[in-house]
Amino acid sequence: MNAGHLPILQVALPLIAAPLCVLLRRPAFAWAFTTLVSWALLAMSILLLIRVMADGVISYRLGGWAPPFGIEYRLDAVNCFVILVISAVAAVVTPYMRQSVAREITAPRHNLFYGVYLLALTGLLGIAATGDAFNIYVFMEISSLASYVLIGLGSSRRARAAAFQYLIMGTIGATFLLIGIGLLYMMTGTLNLADLSLRVAEVPDMRPIYAAFAFITIGVLIKLALFPLHIWLPNAYTHAPSAVSAFLAASATKVGAYVLLRFVFTLFGPEFSFERMPLMEILMPLSLIAILVGSGVAIFQHDLKRLFAYSSIGQIGYIALGISFASTSGLTGAIVHIFNHAMMKGGIFLALGCMMYRTGSVELSALHGLGRRMPFTMAALIIGGLGLVGVPLTSGFVSKWYLVQAALEADLWPVALLILLGSLVALIYVGRVIEAAYFRPPPPGAPAVREAPWQMLIPTWILLAASLYFGVHTDITVSVAERGAEMLLGLPA
Amino acid sequence: MSGGALILLALAIPIGGALLLWVVGRTPFLRNEVSLVTSCGLLAAVAALTPSVLAGARPAISLFEFAPGLAFAFEVEPLGMLFALLASFLWIVTTIYSISYLSANGEPHRTRFHICFALALASAVGIAFAGNMLTLFFFYEALTLCTYPLVAHSGTEEARRGARRYLAILLSTSIMLLLLAVLWTWVAVGTLDFRAGGILAGQVSESVMAVLLVLYVFGVGKAALMPFHGWLPAAMVAPAPVSALLHAVAVVKAGVFTIVKIALYIFGLDAIRDFASGEWLLYVAGATILIASLIALRQDNLKHRLAYSTVSQLSYVVLGVAIANAHAVMGASMHIAMHGFAKITLFFCAGAIYTAAGKTHISQLDGIGRRMPVTMGAFAVGALALIGLPPFAGAWSKYYLVLGSLDEGDYAVLAVLLVSSLLNALYFLPIVVRAFFPTGGEPRPVAGGIAEAPKLQLVAISITALGTVALFAYPQFLFDLLRPLVGM
Repeated sequence: MNAGHLPILQVALPLIAAPLCVLLRRPAFAWAFTTLVSWALLAMSILLLIRVMADGVISYRLGGWAPPFGIEYRLDAVNCFVILVISAVAAVVTPYMRQSVAREITAPRHNLFYGVYLLALTGLLGIAATGDAFNIYVFMEISSLASYVLIGLGSSRRARAAAFQYLIMGTIGATFLLIGIGLLYMMTGTLNLADLSLRVAEVPDMRPIYAAFAFITIGVLIKLALFPLHIWLPNAYTHAPSAVSAFLAASATKVGAYVLLRFVFTLFGPEFSFERMPLMEILMPLSLIAILVGSGVAIFQHDLKRLFAYSSIGQIGYIALGISFASTSGLTGAIVHIFNHAMMKGGIFLALGCMMYRTGSVELSALHGLGRRMPFTMAALIIGGLGLVGVPLTSGFVSKWYLVQAALEADLWPVALLILLGSLVALIYVGRVIEAAYFRPPPPGAPAVREAPWQMLIPTWILLAASLYFGVHTDITVSVAERGAEMLLGLPA
Repeated sequence: MSGGALILLALAIPIGGALLLWVVGRTPFLRNEVSLVTSCGLLAAVAALTPSVLAGARPAISLFEFAPGLAFAFEVEPLGMLFALLASFLWIVTTIYSISYLSANGEPHRTRFHICFALALASAVGIAFAGNMLTLFFFYEALTLCTYPLVAHSGTEEARRGARRYLAILLSTSIMLLLLAVLWTWVAVGTLDFRAGGILAGQVSESVMAVLLVLYVFGVGKAALMPFHGWLPAAMVAPAPVSALLHAVAVVKAGVFTIVKIALYIFGLDAIRDFASGEWLLYVAGATILIASLIALRQDNLKHRLAYSTVSQLSYVVLGVAIANAHAVMGASMHIAMHGFAKITLFFCAGAIYTAAGKTHISQLDGIGRRMPVTMGAFAVGALALIGLPPFAGAWSKYYLVLGSLDEGDYAVLAVLLVSSLLNALYFLPIVVRAFFPTGGEPRPVAGGIAEAPKLQLVAISITALGTVALFAYPQFLFDLLRPLVGM
């Protein structure tokens, strides 16, 4: 295979596979085919990352047209890492889907589900791979439209409402993004990110650029679900099918974070974003509020999916906070947390899917006594939860270590304290889950439940084992993240 | 076997034991066997390290790097050796005790109990052998998490509430204060290694050092310095063996051990002594000693009285660190072992009384000495040891603490030590007196004569009670082990 075409193959493969999936008729075939595709994507993303770490940036010319006129796919340490995260999550979640989807989605729609899922994957991978601003918008629309469908396929009627809410918010975000990109194009005449970053500085009248910056930032923050633009997220995660919640929690918001990094650092540059525009002053308080309020609201939830959805809002706050420092340790923390949170939250939602599969409920009260009946599922839930708290030896600790370090280096010790306070708030909601699962007896007359099938347990545990592994062996994740951070800041590697 | 391999073995044995317990969990006989064998194995591994440490070697091993220059590493030094020996020896005794206690009281979830116990011991050994502050922090947190299920063991509303409080105080202090201090040290100095003479001295300003001292000392919530002592009484809802080994020895000693270690190897004793703004530590430790003793006086629940006594006794160690001279630190380190033996005896007795007579409150203990002479005899031994009377352990550590305070000419500290001994006598001796010479003049006729706790519990109680005598008679080993710490 000619490795030179890997960058486009990474995006084209799921795009082509999506309609084929619908044509396969039998859901089992569709599932097997999707699984194969997701594994191929993982293999390709590993190859890409190895090449980028060895040789530096890969520039792929779509159709052979030279940038800035043609579309360029530009892969560096940051987006290769993001691509790897997405494909890894997909490769783990897809095998899991068979049982979960069969239980939660009505039969005639299974093929449709897999097709749309592959489209969502296409969109997310495309956003990460491309080096073209307008392409980012197009892929974002692809992934968003696919996500609306995926969420709407949820079994409860409220899934439709949640999907609609996400549609409204997502469209506003996409429109903002488009307006911003349009303004940039108007002032510079180019859409290539690398080219834009050179020309933006030379624009004589900066006012439209300021406006573009504002539109793009807000548009992306909606996708990222940063407080106070998060309102679509809890409903979407709560009512989506379990496998979809896991997939979206682990990938969609992460790609949002990536796009923010790309625009803020590569396109506008840290000097423009943080000195001429008050990005730090805006992002930092919002992230801190997100951390405390998101985790705080999670404490009071009774529906576990909603609980962990609010927890996601808090965790996204950590990622945004890391970005707002605009320092090596801050960005390292943010990028590492993109990965670590994907593993932890993906694993948690998969565990909730196991619980849903057996008990038919994800209420906190349905947890009572499950510690003994579904020991593997519950242990997975607890490990993921401890990771969210940032207990040592989980990967969540690594992220917090770098974030607090960044705060201390910037002499912002109140911020350091608030980050740590966020861990404590997380501890409260995780503590409630632990207590319910292990220290409360099952209600009398509760139906006997068995452990979830191994086809669902193994994917769940792969994600959580990864989160433990990378809590101990930090060199792999941190070195990639550090390299990415230095590159974004324009420091010599 | 090399020192490094032995360190790993000492960690692997309890963890392996826990895994094995999980596998054989459904067979009670095997469960007890495995627990016993594991605890003996741990002591053997720890003891095998002792000769080389006594000879002045520092076995070490480094596993993997967490960040450049910051490894997950172990190094055995005298203080850690002492703590590991203490915890692993008493674990065997506690295992014997708890096998009998759990079955006599029909406690549920025994496999979970033994697994968590083994993991808690692994964490304690990890704390003892940690080669830098980060490794220590890892195991410190692990110890909190492994002991949470033990506190919540019974699953009643009261147990859950106690466990919640336990977790909340320990984790919030360690995350908000200790972790912040560790990270701050890392950012300011660029290392977290334990080095004789400290790593902070000369690297950071006096004011930063003052703040760090506050963060470290209160961050180690397990040392139960007031006002962060509330978790310890809350933990008393746990079954007696847990209170005995963990909340009289492993967990609380991990706390004061960490404080001594931070004082010796992060700040350096000279820095703490010369450092004017460190004086508050003396006051806080002194106040904790006295106030906790006063609260203990008012407790009717036996375990609560013991818990407040522990709070008070732990601050002896902190006080020794705050005095920061050779004698005081020697006394503080010795007190880790001596208080351990004495207090575990008292908790074993409390558990035996509960098993045999179902009594939990001191006011119910009139004349219990007639029914349970061995138990209450051992209780008297433990109590006298804590008061600091010869021929029992506790006398030595208090002796060195007094010497330390005299070296500094600090008579206020001396007064605190003396008054607290008096208070110790006031809250312990009435229990003994009441047990053997019940109030109301006539000894009450006791139905059934002697009704002691099961034999295995008595064996455990006797071992630790004899241990307090042995530590008084043969303190030379402790002295030899600890001498290099303070350069005596």
